[in-house]
Parts: sequence; C-alpha cells; structure tokens
Amino acid sequence: MTREEFIKTAPLVYKKPTLLNDTPMHYCPGCSHGVVHKLIAEIIEEMGLTERAIGISPVGCAVFAYNYIDIDWIEAAHGRAPAVACAAKRLHPDHLVFTYQGDGDLACIGTAETIHTLNRGDDIAVIFINNAIYGMTGGQMAPTTLMGMKTSTCPYGRQADLHGFPLKLTEIVAQLEGTCYVTRQSVHNVSAINKTKRAIRKAFQNSMEHRGASLVEVVSTCSSGWKTTPVEANQWMEEHMFPFYPLGDLKDNTK
Amino acid sequence: MEEQEIRLLKGNEAIALAAIRCGCDGYFGYPITPQSEILETLALEKPWETTGMVVVQAESELASINMVYGGGATGKRVMTSSSSPGVALMQEGITYMAGAEIPGVIVNVQRGGPGLGTIQASQGDYFQCTRGGGNGDYYVFVLAPASAQEMADFMDWAFTLAFRYRMPAIILSDGVIGQMMEKVVLPLFKPRRTDEEIARECPWAATGRKNRRNNILTSLSLDPQWMENHNLHLQEKYRKIRECEVRYEETLTEDAEHLIVAFGSAARIAENAIETCRERDIRVGMLRPLTLWPFPTDAIRQYSEKVKSILCIEINAGQMVEDIRLSVEGRCPVNHYGRMGGMVPTPEELVQVITKYCS
Repeated sequence: MTREEFIKTAPLVYKKPTLLNDTPMHYCPGCSHGVVHKLIAEIIEEMGLTERAIGISPVGCAVFAYNYIDIDWIEAAHGRAPAVACAAKRLHPDHLVFTYQGDGDLACIGTAETIHTLNRGDDIAVIFINNAIYGMTGGQMAPTTLMGMKTSTCPYGRQADLHGFPLKLTEIVAQLEGTCYVTRQSVHNVSAINKTKRAIRKAFQNSMEHRGASLVEVVSTCSSGWKTTPVEANQWMEEHMFPFYPLGDLKDNTK
Repeated sequence: MEEQEIRLLKGNEAIALAAIRCGCDGYFGYPITPQSEILETLALEKPWETTGMVVVQAESELASINMVYGGGATGKRVMTSSSSPGVALMQEGITYMAGAEIPGVIVNVQRGGPGLGTIQASQGDYFQCTRGGGNGDYYVFVLAPASAQEMADFMDWAFTLAFRYRMPAIILSDGVIGQMMEKVVLPLFKPRRTDEEIARECPWAATGRKNRRNNILTSLSLDPQWMENHNLHLQEKYRKIRECEVRYEETLTEDAEHLIVAFGSAARIAENAIETCRERDIRVGMLRPLTLWPFPTDAIRQYSEKVKSILCIEINAGQMVEDIRLSVEGRCPVNHYGRMGGMVPTPEELVQVITKYCS
C-alpha cells in the first residue's frame, strides 16, 4: 500500500491563512489578539490586497503585530497610529491602510489623534481591541476599565471620585461626520468571530473605496490582566463587558 | 529653458514655495507664530491641484510629526514646520524617526523661551536641535539658513541629506529669517518621484509587499544585543556624516586676527558689524556654520591655532559656544556675546562688542 492510498485526502475545510507567519505568538492563552490577527490575515488575502496593505501597529501587546502578519508595517509611537495612517493613506490613496490599537493606545494617550483622524474622514480602517486593561505593562487601569473593576493601579476597584468613568470612545466617534462605519464586535464564539470578520472586511472595503473612516471595536479578553482562566475570561466578558459595551453596529453609512 | 522666478518673499513664504518646487510629497503642520505663513502659503498655493503634494493642517505638533513619520516610512518626501515650543512637542516623533531610520524634514522658525516664551526671534533651540532632542543616542541634521534665499535653497538640500542617510533633517531658522522680506530666486520645478522611483531608491519603505519580502519600520527590539548593534550602526552613520557633510562659509578670514563664529540671523547682523570694524582696521573675519550638526569642529580647531581669539555671537545665553570650546580645546580664548528673550542685537551693538573683544 502506498502512502497516497493509505492517507485519503479529505475535502479542505480550514487552513491557516498564508499571510500568518509561522512565528510563535507572544500572546497569552485565551487572548483575543491571535483570533483578530488571523481574521486580518485572512481578509487581506481574500481581498487580494497583500501587495497594497500597510498596517500600523501600536504600543501595547499588539506592538509586535508586524511579526505575525506578512505585510508591510509601520510601528507607531503610543497613540499616534491614526496620524501615521493619515499620512500613509493620503500619500498612497490606492493602498489599504489600517491601524491596530488597544484601548490605552486609542482611547487614552491617542484620543486626540483618534478623534481628529476619524473626524477628517481619512480613508483608514481602525481596529480597536478593547480589553479594559493595560495588558503589556502588567494590568493597569485603562480608560475603558469598568466601574468597580480591580487592576494593579485601582486595586480596590475603579471608583468615580478617584478615577473617573470608563470612556466609550466608539460611541463618540460614531457621532463624527468623518466616520462612515462604526461597529462593536467580539470574538468569544464562532458566530461572533464570523461577524467580526464581516465587520473588518467592510472596514477594509471602505478604505479601498474612499468612503471615509471606519472603526471596528473588538471587545476582547485579557485573562492574564484580569487574573482569570481563558474560559472564565470569556464568561466574565459576557457578563460584565457586554452590558456596558453592547455589541452591534453604531453607524453604517455604506448601506 | 524654464526661467528662474525672482520674487520678494518672507523667509517662511520662500520655504513653502521651495518645498512645492523641490518635489515635496506632503506637508503636515500646526499653526504657531512666527512660522504660520508656511502653512498659509501652501494652503493658498493649492499644490495638491498641481504637483499632487498633500497638505494637512494637523490637530497638534505631535500629530504633525507622526504624520511625517508615517509619510517618510512610505518613502515619500514629507515635511513639517513649527517654532520652538512646538518643536519641543515633536521630539517624540523625531527620536522615533531616528530610531526607525525614517527620513523627513522639520523646519524650526525659532522664538524665545523657555516655556511659552515670546513670539520674537531667538536662537535658543541650538541645544534642542543639535543634541538630538528626544530620548536615546541620536543626532539629526541641523541646517542654519541666514536669508530668505537660503530658506529656499536649503529645502532640497535637507531632503537630499534626510534620504541619503535615512534620518530627520532640521532647518533651524528663526523669527527674523522667517519674517523678513528679501529678494529670492526660486528653485526650478523638480517633479515628485514616481512610485517606481521610490521603490528603487527606498527599498526599505512600507509601500506594499510587492516582489519582495515585507518591510517593517520600527525602532523597537527587546533583544539588548540587537539594540546595541543597531545603536552602533547609527553611531557609524553619524561618524560618516561628520566626515562628509560639514558645510560652512568663511568671510574675510584670510588675514583675520580674531574670528567671529555665528549662524543664522546673528551671522547676518555680525556681517554688517564686521564691515564697520574692518573700516576701523580691526582685522576680524567670520566663520558661519551652515551645518550646526555636523559641526565644523576641524575648521574651528584650525583657526584656533592661527587667531588671537574667537568670539561667538548668538541670540541665546551661550549654546553653540560650547561646541566651539570643545573644538578649540583651550588653544585660544573663546568669548561669547548673546541676547535673549526675543531681543536681537543691533549692528552698532555688535561693533562695540567686537571692538571690546577683538582689539
């Protein structure tokens, strides 16, 4: 019996996207980044944009996104990815230009760059990973940390008089004239992953068709920062994050 | 053949028009006195309709410099302009450009400081610009124009150096040079580079992974040995620049017993004062650095063996004088005269100063 006869070829139902490098990821078990990276790699490949994609990576856990997805990357200073993307897209209008940013990067130190780039209607796509904590630096309070949530810099829980309130930047940018598509998704189960994939694909299409700025928030887990197991993180996210950060489209002018 | 256009222009206007003419791909800036005419002139000229140059009024100097970082990372000739406190805000982007080896041009039309300071001219940013300015071990090119004409002429030079060495270049002007009107012969139009030319000349740029491996522009590595090697590579580049790119101008130095060293608007005023002093038989000449970094260390060291003394004239409390003293290493006396806070010395004042120190 030959090898070919012994091993029967089954129909291909799933494969790793070719743009995803064979590099061990530094992300923790249960982290959402890996899933979103895979979706981005798949979408760029499916849309045939490999030769025209420029990704802008942030400061935070996703700073090394450039090690995982095989496209051209520019690593931005903390919070400045939208400004970097603005110039890249205006100077290369036929390219796909997207940023990939966490909550500290996008909604705290880079609030001005985020709001003004999206308000100018720069034709970029912003992928916003919101896990309500600073993961890379070891679990400090983020602008999106929920009330009462414990982090290393609010160890007794976030309270309004000490720390102010969690910021819903996605709701803010949905109000801006320059955005054409603003949505909030998650990747905690297969159905959510499929929806997020559709959302990112739409955001990338908007960039290529010069429809204005798009933002896809992905409500995400950080089991290390939240000090939970990966399974508990998914449950905690559904119980606590989704009521405050409800999933769904906030704006879609492309319909 | 296309004839050169001659116009009466402010230094700020000259630099804006020169940018369009030297194939600049993009300008990103934020208003601040005394340099807002650069953005205003570009807005009026609408180069996006002619050469295709992009012009964006950013939300801050921080955004401006990061737009320059992004544009330069894709191989485009991009620039920003600001004045002293705005340039302080840009230091984050400048050190990132130095680290990731991204070219770009920053025009600094200096005003008095520290802090919000004043809107009048100063040369108080010599340290800020020639010492890198941000975190880490790096330098940037610092070119010092002394006229509206040089504002125009230095534009293409700055881009050439920035791309030759993949690093930022600062044109260090000041409120006097930026605001005064002079006759300017504008450079001839040079087309913007095509995408093919950029792909050929900047194989490192993030332009889309076409027919090559992917490019990553970053200043980050968590491997200390890699990062030390990267620093050694940068230091080797700076050594080569010090060897090859120093430029300066000498005036009446052949028989000079005393040497004035001054740059930018201080040099313009000193030039006037030197003429008067020469009429009074004070044998004084001037060395004017055109590059403040790389600094003309060797030239000044050679003069220090010939002249009786060196007088540094600046519009600050004494910044370039430190580089002069490091060059002279005690071979001759080095004196300094400066004004601050937006006060600019008059030629008569400098005649008295030169008479005091040089006779």
